[in-house]
Amino acid sequence: MKIGICAKVTADTDARLSPSADGGSFEFSGKSVVGPYDMFAVEEAVQTKEKHGGDTVVFTVGAESDVLSQLRGSVLALGVDKAVIVEDPALANADALGVARALAKAIEAEGVDLVFCGKQAIDDDNVQVPAMIAGLLGWAQVSRVTAFAVDGTSFTATRAMDGGIKQVVSGNLPVLITAERGLNTPRYAKLPAIMKAKKKPTERRDLAALGLSAEAVAPKVSTSAYGSPPERPSGKIIEGDTDTVVAELVRLLREEAKVL
Amino acid sequence: MSGILVLAEHDGGAFKKSATELIGKASELAAALGTQVSAAVVGDAPAASLGAAGAGKVYQVQGDHSSYDAAAMASAWKAIVDAASPDVILASASYVGKDALPRLVALLNTGMGSEVTELRAEGGAVIGRRPLYAGKLYADVQISSSPAVFSVRPNSFPQPGAGSGEAEVVTVSAGAQALTTVVETLQPTSTTADLTEAERIVSGGRALKSAENFDNVIRPLAAAVGATVGASRAAVDAGYASHSEQVGQTGKTVNPTLYIAAGISGAIQHLAGMRTSKVIVAINKDPEAPIFEHATYGIVDDLFEVCPRLTKAFEEL
Repeated sequence: MKIGICAKVTADTDARLSPSADGGSFEFSGKSVVGPYDMFAVEEAVQTKEKHGGDTVVFTVGAESDVLSQLRGSVLALGVDKAVIVEDPALANADALGVARALAKAIEAEGVDLVFCGKQAIDDDNVQVPAMIAGLLGWAQVSRVTAFAVDGTSFTATRAMDGGIKQVVSGNLPVLITAERGLNTPRYAKLPAIMKAKKKPTERRDLAALGLSAEAVAPKVSTSAYGSPPERPSGKIIEGDTDTVVAELVRLLREEAKVL
Repeated sequence: MSGILVLAEHDGGAFKKSATELIGKASELAAALGTQVSAAVVGDAPAASLGAAGAGKVYQVQGDHSSYDAAAMASAWKAIVDAASPDVILASASYVGKDALPRLVALLNTGMGSEVTELRAEGGAVIGRRPLYAGKLYADVQISSSPAVFSVRPNSFPQPGAGSGEAEVVTVSAGAQALTTVVETLQPTSTTADLTEAERIVSGGRALKSAENFDNVIRPLAAAVGATVGASRAAVDAGYASHSEQVGQTGKTVNPTLYIAAGISGAIQHLAGMRTSKVIVAINKDPEAPIFEHATYGIVDDLFEVCPRLTKAFEEL
């Protein structure tokens, strides 16, 4: 079995975002990480390989110079065998469908039949790329998965739907799974594995190598007018001893905020 | 324009609130753009009744679609889109909207703005505004290809006034192409509302110090005020609460009327998940905790002193 993972190197959750004065762009300060949901995808791929054998390969779109150290430290060091980095100037401003097209071609070229993705990246919050990849490849897909098992060419997955409802679904490979928190507990990289990861193969592909033209990934979605979320009016600190503040809080919730 | 198509979701034949909410918003946009509103229904549901919300025409793929599969849903929607050829498609950012809608967008080779919270007509086009980075940033999104597809965060727009009239129903046929089978549906075990839909939430953080304290302090407080229990990432990572209870950028994004945060410092990633709560109460010993900058009401005190008294006060209401 050949198992793929799609991962995105993105701003960490403690990053601060600052829109430019004209709203045309924004900057972030903070470190970059492999998306936290992608880490559940990595762990599931490695566990599946440990159980059933096979090869694992991580796919990403981005500049090799920006993503390679994170992929080695957070993905290859956890047991994934190889990285495929799709890098092309035409992808710099790609929208979700452009990225999905590039990843789908790369997945196809590697002969993968099981792909794990995080349920979403934590930057654009589009939640589009995984379902688009499955659509482009004509594969089955199951999103927000909290339990997964594969047996030969069939799989079973539990998905977390709206309203706390969970469903167990089954089907045949090939399938694309997106990982929800709780699917597994991602392991930590050990020093020998980190050293070994430095020697693992990484391949860089441009669009031509994937048989795609720049037009095929031309963006159809434009984003503008970046701004900060609306400010909350400043609140009040309730002063006094514990009994007083509790009584005053209940009064304010009932009489001022009217939420009780 | 050949109109705005609303993908109307239903639950066993009962239309979801999002279906009429989106038809209402689509009617407002259509009036500004000088175009029509139609709706898409997959499965057995009273399609004509959507006329009361403002849909002129409803395209329906009939048959049993109660066993949800992303590929089958996307292909049924595709058949409707081919028949209706809309310029704009609106759908709910529900599980199905996040799962099957991007697949449809790939089949249509178009673009999509996800989870918009505002929509406006401008220059003959529809523009959406949406949160990014879990709400730390907002931006406008516009689609240059047709149809322009938007998913809308539930409860972003008011329900339309109840009208009358039946929509014309156009039956569309679509090949069943389910690639998965539903084996079992598990209903939620808890009787309280799901975090993402809860009106009231009581969340606990690292300051609870143990799972036992979390169970003895936070859960009774939540029960006393009819709230759903939430937790910070630190509390979940320490094992005080379950993964499904985590509120924040890498947990649930919540939008309650009342959010009580006990022993939560207010890391950016937690704030990102709850900042749109209407009233925020913060209980923390540390007066410098960032949560106080976002709280409607703050109490600087020991949560182990405050919470039991607050539980008692809520029980006596």
